[in-house]
Amino acid sequence: MSLPRRCSDTAAAARAPLGAAQLEKKLDDALDAVLSARRTAQPLALNLAPLERELQDFTLHWVAVIARTNGELAYQFASLAPTVLHKIDLSSAEAWIIHAMDTFDREGLYRGSAELKNVDAFIRAAHEHAQAATFEDANNVLGLFICGLAGRRLKLEAGSEAYTDTESIHLPARIASEASRQRNFLMYKAMATHLWAQARYGTFNVDLPGKLAVYADAEHALALYHYFETVRIDAIISRELPGLARELSVLRAGVDPPAGCSRLEKPEATAADSLALVTELYAKFTPPRLSYMGTMQPDIAQAVRNARVAREKKELRAELADILEKKAPDQSLQQGAARYSIANESNNDVSGGIELSLDGEPLAASEHVDELLQSIAQDLGKIPDDYLLPAGKSANRKAHASDENADDAGTHTGEDRDAVLYNEWDYKRRHYRKNWCVLRETDVQAGDAAFVDNTVVKYALQVSQLRRTFEMLRGEDRWMKQQQGGDEIDLDAVISAYADMHTGVELTERLFIERHKAERDIAVMFMVDMSGSTKGWINEAEREALAILCEALEVLGDRYAIYGFSGITRKRCEIYRIKRFSEKYDDTVRRRIAGIQPHDYTRMGVAIRHLTALLNAVDARTKLLITLSDGKPDDYSDNYRGEYGVEDTRQALIEAHRGGVHPFCITIDREAREYLPRMYGAVNYTLIDDVGRLPLKVADVYRRLTS
Amino acid sequence: MTKTLASEISALHARTQKSAARMIEREPYYEPIGSEIALFEAAYASQIPVLLKGPTGCGKTRFTEYMAWRLKRPLFTVSCHDDLTAADLIGRYLITNNETVWVDGPLAHAVRCGGICYLDEIVEARKDTTVVIHPLADDRRILPMEKHGELLHAPKEFLLAMSYNPGYQSVLKELKQSTRQRFVGIEFAYPGAALEKKIIMTETAVAPDIADKLIRLAEMTRNLKGNGLDEGASTRLLVHAGKLLARGIPAHAACVSAVAEALTDDADMLRAINELATSLF
Repeated sequence: MSLPRRCSDTAAAARAPLGAAQLEKKLDDALDAVLSARRTAQPLALNLAPLERELQDFTLHWVAVIARTNGELAYQFASLAPTVLHKIDLSSAEAWIIHAMDTFDREGLYRGSAELKNVDAFIRAAHEHAQAATFEDANNVLGLFICGLAGRRLKLEAGSEAYTDTESIHLPARIASEASRQRNFLMYKAMATHLWAQARYGTFNVDLPGKLAVYADAEHALALYHYFETVRIDAIISRELPGLARELSVLRAGVDPPAGCSRLEKPEATAADSLALVTELYAKFTPPRLSYMGTMQPDIAQAVRNARVAREKKELRAELADILEKKAPDQSLQQGAARYSIANESNNDVSGGIELSLDGEPLAASEHVDELLQSIAQDLGKIPDDYLLPAGKSANRKAHASDENADDAGTHTGEDRDAVLYNEWDYKRRHYRKNWCVLRETDVQAGDAAFVDNTVVKYALQVSQLRRTFEMLRGEDRWMKQQQGGDEIDLDAVISAYADMHTGVELTERLFIERHKAERDIAVMFMVDMSGSTKGWINEAEREALAILCEALEVLGDRYAIYGFSGITRKRCEIYRIKRFSEKYDDTVRRRIAGIQPHDYTRMGVAIRHLTALLNAVDARTKLLITLSDGKPDDYSDNYRGEYGVEDTRQALIEAHRGGVHPFCITIDREAREYLPRMYGAVNYTLIDDVGRLPLKVADVYRRLTS
Repeated sequence: MTKTLASEISALHARTQKSAARMIEREPYYEPIGSEIALFEAAYASQIPVLLKGPTGCGKTRFTEYMAWRLKRPLFTVSCHDDLTAADLIGRYLITNNETVWVDGPLAHAVRCGGICYLDEIVEARKDTTVVIHPLADDRRILPMEKHGELLHAPKEFLLAMSYNPGYQSVLKELKQSTRQRFVGIEFAYPGAALEKKIIMTETAVAPDIADKLIRLAEMTRNLKGNGLDEGASTRLLVHAGKLLARGIPAHAACVSAVAEALTDDADMLRAINELATSLF
């Protein structure tokens, strides 16, 4: 956005500031939706008129961009711009706008406009930025760090305060309290480790809300408890992670615990000792606040813990019943009572693994059972006997659990584990919208396996011809003569070398025959449009095309996968598994091909990003991403339709290309020439005008692409 | 054949076989994890080839060396790679002084002298190469050498062993059923903490508390398996770290070089392991 400030006189005339009337007209166009008789663009235009042309252009551009997201936010920006643009340079201003829009995306208009108005804070933060550590930066490393520390798996999440609910660790979005970026990261690490330790070493294993309620000043009691637990955990850290303890002592900056606390530093100290100290010192002691303490949310933690304890008891008992059933399917569950026991029960130590035994024999439990046992022991200190009673048909229970998950997916987007978040390119902003799309993978509902057989019969002649052409593509071994090394001696070369030697010519070293194996090292991903518009004969043609393609590819031996994509809105992007790379082309896959159904819309960018990631996990010299589509990228309700979708798809394809994937598109949309070259480039697509020819054409295109 | 030629050939033989073939003179240090020694001996006595499965650095190769020493057989180790041809295993003609000379490959040599032939990381070899061991690996126990016009019968003392890591292979590098079903499989895992500690201390002479910390670090990286690491730190890496420590390299640098850098190239993962190591020492 920065234009050269010095221009020649004529150019300056052309770039003269716009007048208030011109500005008002442009603002009217952009802000139409939020203007009314009482609120016009006139005052905005009057304020903008004295600005330089460069700043005016900048403002108008961004007003239009923001208005596409939210009109009100754009109006606010227009009214703030004249004052703000004098204070900061344009690249900072752009960062400020993007930050406000990201906040709007995440938390709505109220917070978004607050961030916009809070420009001073943003400028201050920008100055601090060089030293600050942000959650985004720290998340990758700390997520792995916490994962490595063992104990229950904890998620890291950004929030306004640092606390744990015993299943996730919430950390502030940025930390700038320390003087250097390194120190701020250390602060993140200290907070995360302490919160991890709270979950790991039983801070919430006492009935905290109940115990604290007896005090007149519950807040003071909580502050005491929090401090004592911090002392206890610091002692644990200095025993277990002495290197980290040394770093923490720097942050503690000489605040030492009072003498009464010494018993918390013993290895056998528990949360109960901290509670006892709260009673003892309630009236006598004001706890200091250590910089890395964060906050404590006993109510949230207890709710999460109680839900988990109940859930895991059920899950464990169901799993145990499952093991029994697999061992001896005919015995009734009653006989399973009291047959399980824990071999190495030792309190407070869950790190060494818990050995489950059945009838006194050690049992190799599944990873899931191990995790459950660990987690239960972490909550309760040991595995109570009644947890070891097998109960309930686990199959029923699992079905129930997946029902719950299904409900979940509809309401809390992005909360469940299977969902993957993807960024999306907003061409107006020229930035990504972070974690904008929520994508899930599901299997295609199996259809009638006869469909594929019928297709092969229907196109029998062409299929056998295709097979022959594909067979010719298959690499043949060749003997290469006169090589420097190889399996055998090249006698012809030796004889001529012998003659050379006698005539005094320099000897060649190329005396061997090498067998050269022509390997096709290709992995191909087919991405099939399963949007509602394919309903009817297009869908049929797609399915036939896949059936024929699979027959041909099996001859060729290339690795291939087939996935369908559809979805509705950014929160419900769906990828349908038809054939994974690891799956063989068998009846299950044939049924899935037959079962491909039209669904909703075509949000292509996110599908390309996901499938590219899958493709990149395969080790192959050549990687192809082939899309079968019937039209433009499109989605319901938001502005994905049109240029936005085309530009996001283009961006996703550029990302794919950067990662070494060759994208290609086969389409039957007659208008495709208008947008496909923009997305795929001039040569990377093919248009098939006759849907009836699609089935044979797809295999043919593939042959051309890979030979 | 002149005398000089004969000596040249024997020199050639010596050169090609020196690196691979050896009698193990001193007992290699090996701590048994389970019943693998008994299994191996039983398979050897029954002339069944052996497949050692397990993650990298858990002691498969060391175990083979130990067994070769225990059974007093020469060991021929072949590290498999995707250019390994049948000729590399069986043998080939070389040219010396206008004559072609047959030189046995390590597999043929092991069969001739009744040794143990150990094919390390067998899945790395090309599939058509793996097939040449088939007649050796069933009850025929023969090695046809077509090029040389010879059919070798393996003596009772000969044993074929190979190693295989089922953990990180791609779909391309699965072992063919026709190959794997000829072998007795012995599964290896990382030793338990107590045993691993003993191994580290014996191999590197570090203090017990240092060994404990190294094992904690290994546990931490093994927690990360599947979360960005394909494998956790192996016992071998811990031994490397211990050896660096014993030579006076500071703990942090030793862990980074011997463990973190050996495990991954990913910048975030490197930092995370780095942080974990820093926390421990």
